[in-house]
Amino acid sequence: MNAAVPARRAKVDAAGWLAAFEQAAQAGGRLGALWASDERDRAGGFAVHGVLVTHEGLLWLELAAEGETYPGVANLFPAATRPQRAIADLMGLVASDLDARGWLRHGAWGARDFPLRRDVKADAQFTRGDARYAFVPVEGEGVHEIAVGPVHAGIIEPGHFRFSVVGERVLRLEQRLGYKHKGIEKRFENLALGDCARLAARVSGDSTVAHSWAFAMALESASGFEPPARALWLRALLLERERIANHLGDLGALGNDGGLAFGLAQFSRLKEDLLRLNARLFGHRYLMDRVVPGGVAGDLDAAGIAALLEEAARLDEELVALRAIYYDHPGLQDRCINCGRLAPRTAAALGVVGFAARASGIAIDARLYPGFAPYDQLQPRIASHRNGDVAARIVVRFEELFESLKLERRILAGLPATPAAAPLPPPAEGARGIGWVEGWRGEVIVALEAGAGGRLRRCHPHDPSWQNWPALEHAVIGNIVPDFPLINKSFNLSYAGADL
Amino acid sequence: MQKIVLKILRTGIVSEPPPAPDEALRRLSGRLQDDVLRQLGRALAIRHVDAGSCNGCELEIHGVNNPYYNLEGLGIKFVASPRHADLLLVTGPVSRNMEEALRRTYAAMPAPKLVVAIGDCGCDGGIFGESYCSRGAVSNILPVDVAVPGCPPDPAAILRGILTAVSVRRS
Repeated sequence: MNAAVPARRAKVDAAGWLAAFEQAAQAGGRLGALWASDERDRAGGFAVHGVLVTHEGLLWLELAAEGETYPGVANLFPAATRPQRAIADLMGLVASDLDARGWLRHGAWGARDFPLRRDVKADAQFTRGDARYAFVPVEGEGVHEIAVGPVHAGIIEPGHFRFSVVGERVLRLEQRLGYKHKGIEKRFENLALGDCARLAARVSGDSTVAHSWAFAMALESASGFEPPARALWLRALLLERERIANHLGDLGALGNDGGLAFGLAQFSRLKEDLLRLNARLFGHRYLMDRVVPGGVAGDLDAAGIAALLEEAARLDEELVALRAIYYDHPGLQDRCINCGRLAPRTAAALGVVGFAARASGIAIDARLYPGFAPYDQLQPRIASHRNGDVAARIVVRFEELFESLKLERRILAGLPATPAAAPLPPPAEGARGIGWVEGWRGEVIVALEAGAGGRLRRCHPHDPSWQNWPALEHAVIGNIVPDFPLINKSFNLSYAGADL
Repeated sequence: MQKIVLKILRTGIVSEPPPAPDEALRRLSGRLQDDVLRQLGRALAIRHVDAGSCNGCELEIHGVNNPYYNLEGLGIKFVASPRHADLLLVTGPVSRNMEEALRRTYAAMPAPKLVVAIGDCGCDGGIFGESYCSRGAVSNILPVDVAVPGCPPDPAAILRGILTAVSVRRS
């Protein structure tokens, strides 16, 4: 299909669906996204969509559901488990291997209400349903449960963690998420395109550039439009600045959780400096709504470039000094090394993505492959580590910071002299588009279909947190409860991004 | 250790003066008596609840703790339990899945208590609005003393909102 990344689309029957997933699983592919659509108003039934990430690029499969059922793929790709539950809650389609407990539906609507169906109006209200939830019990002498959340003891997003522990050691962690579900997918179908871009920018606030770019890429792919070169280079600049801001924030928080409050003070100062320069040069501290369909809002002049280069030089110097302190600190090492280990084999089986994958020996990065423009010309170097522990996720963040600063310099030296945006022709009704962007946390995939009257018929934004949340359940096994905040922070997953 | 001390000395103190309160942010007045506000204003304990935000507001709430805004330097701190809190800082929109948890958190706070809604979504539901799973503005669920708009509001704006909530009204 017409897209900025290698992507193909195919309609398959149940046998083809399963064969494709089996083949992808054997060939080392992974599940990129899984969602459903309501086709009853035109094709007669429902459809399930899966995006496989393979060595050839993206493969978008569409399967016509058999009534309200379809063959599940969670046995091939464990990452499908939660999306399949979300599909059941929102669209009422039942996978053959479905975990039937509600995931997004916490009793805010009934078990027979399916809000994402097209015959459900945007302002529909439902009678509350049953909110009870059966956690998997762990039994044995001395086993007890610790229930945490949804409101946590800090400035954190809401979610529930159920620990089964013996003494201080964690036997099992079960996550229950979905508390932040606010109907983003339904909302996409009822907003004008400009507002849809603003909505995409707010799927997960900490990844606003990644989501905005993936959404713009998808919409541009549906319109058959190629943004001007300068727009792509500026988008990459913004994406790297988002990566730098988040890695700075995380390194500070990880130091703090490891007992080094000095780290939090220093890194949060550096992050604030960066955000202030963002506000000055781009008009928003987190760069929200800067990547727009058609290009980039605003542009950069010579003074702006000079300010960014000066900042990069200063950050480089500060980071070298802080890295030496982190790597030499016995207390921090004691807390982080071998803590929260996600073994490479587990990471691969779970289809983990982003820096968490790279810290567990999996060399994937969409900036490198497929190397979407302009990264094909920027030649990023991939950071990787094999230990998969908290320390490895710290090391990968440091390496990615230095690499992002290098990329920033390359971008600023090579900014093409085209306009920063061009008018985007509206996509034709029925046109499909897909976007794939390596955000700071991992790959963001957005798939959409244009509807009538400049609206979207369906849009599915996929945050990498879907794949990485289950990895946290594994990484925490055998660790002590007091290390959980540190392990959790080392992944720093988005609740909003996966609750939609 | 030497490196840490040197870094601290070289960095110096970067804290900036706090913003002045802004009466325009106040939604409800007269809920708390002035003498109570005077007390709270000197040592305030805040409980934060994310009732469904995109997490952008949380980034900026973290920001008020950074050395530039230095919230704790003003005698204000975030606490882990609502039972220790004087002020509830809520980001939204309030998802239906968080409505009950938000109500319970507010109920667990000792009176007198204040509520500050943060961000465009906390103020009016923002881009997410009201729907089958979103109740929109925080004021649809709880009495809101001060509402701070912005997407997200920057740390200075959040700090101004908090200081407005505990400031004594000027007549």
